[in-house]
Amino acid sequence: MTASAHSALLVAVMAVVTMLLRFLPFLMFKKKTPAYVSYLGRVLPPAIIGMLVVYCLKDVRVLSPPFGAPELIACLLTGLLQAWRRNSLLSILAGTAAYMLLVQLVF
Amino acid sequence: MMRRKTVKAAFLRSVPVMAGYVVLGMGFGILAHDAGYGLPWAFAMSLLIYAGSMQYVGIGLLTGGATVLSAILTTITVNARHLFYSISMIDRYRDAGKYKPYLIFALTDETYSLLCDGKVPEGTQPHRFRFLVSLFNHGYWVLGTVLGSLLGAVLPFSTEGIAFSMTALFVASFVEQWRSSSEHLPALTGLLGTLGCLLLFGPERFLIPAMLLITLVLTLLRGRLSPGEGAKK
Repeated sequence: MTASAHSALLVAVMAVVTMLLRFLPFLMFKKKTPAYVSYLGRVLPPAIIGMLVVYCLKDVRVLSPPFGAPELIACLLTGLLQAWRRNSLLSILAGTAAYMLLVQLVF
Repeated sequence: MMRRKTVKAAFLRSVPVMAGYVVLGMGFGILAHDAGYGLPWAFAMSLLIYAGSMQYVGIGLLTGGATVLSAILTTITVNARHLFYSISMIDRYRDAGKYKPYLIFALTDETYSLLCDGKVPEGTQPHRFRFLVSLFNHGYWVLGTVLGSLLGAVLPFSTEGIAFSMTALFVASFVEQWRSSSEHLPALTGLLGTLGCLLLFGPERFLIPAMLLITLVLTLLRGRLSPGEGAKK
């Protein structure tokens, strides 16, 4: 097999496996969702978002300078703005702008 | 009129993802290009795989000439979290009809976080709204990829740090869900459980243990969380 045919095969494999993961729960519970799965579906969203917050910050080094300070400041700003104004776009824009300024100019 | 209103509302909902997807998509396009995989490759990957971190990892698999088996295992490890998204959308997407296959295909981290609270603007058709949010996001991702592949690293200004918009999106979603619910145990389980697993297993291997732990804890909390949920409405 040529190198690019093998690459094409790998791309197809990645696409199909990703798709399978996304479709699997829907295929498994096609007719009626068991009460347990419905329960998980209801309580998972806040837990997953919490998981994703940590996932995004997984590579931040807190033991060497700047000790994760830009991430901490920008996350606090985003979170506090959201708690105060409840406007996601505003919180995300302000948090991102603050982070960019911090990493480009301050730290 | 309702159609136009739905398109506009979906676009507005998708805006927080736009900058992040265009920039991260560009990052992917540049990475792929530098690894010897030009526009057709990058475009096909963003269109068909449409899973950001997997595509970054995938370039490594391609250049390293990975075996099919290791591509399968890597994809499962990196993308297993999508099982969670689908499980929590099962009831919501059940009756989405013609939109359903695409809604499931396009359920990325970011699209999930925009749609998981179930709120749909008034006067819009819910499934069409969700379909359009998903489609806009997919479009930003593919657009960014194409730009990155074509323009490479010739941007006139520094975008360092702009990828933080994805982190900010999740932080804002987290706070918003916290404010709109009086039950904080699921949110705390996700945040602290994942943090614990990160400290214990390290940044490469923590995600699957974290998913198992979250599922276990939420299962144990079922007696406590389940009756309360119904009564609060």
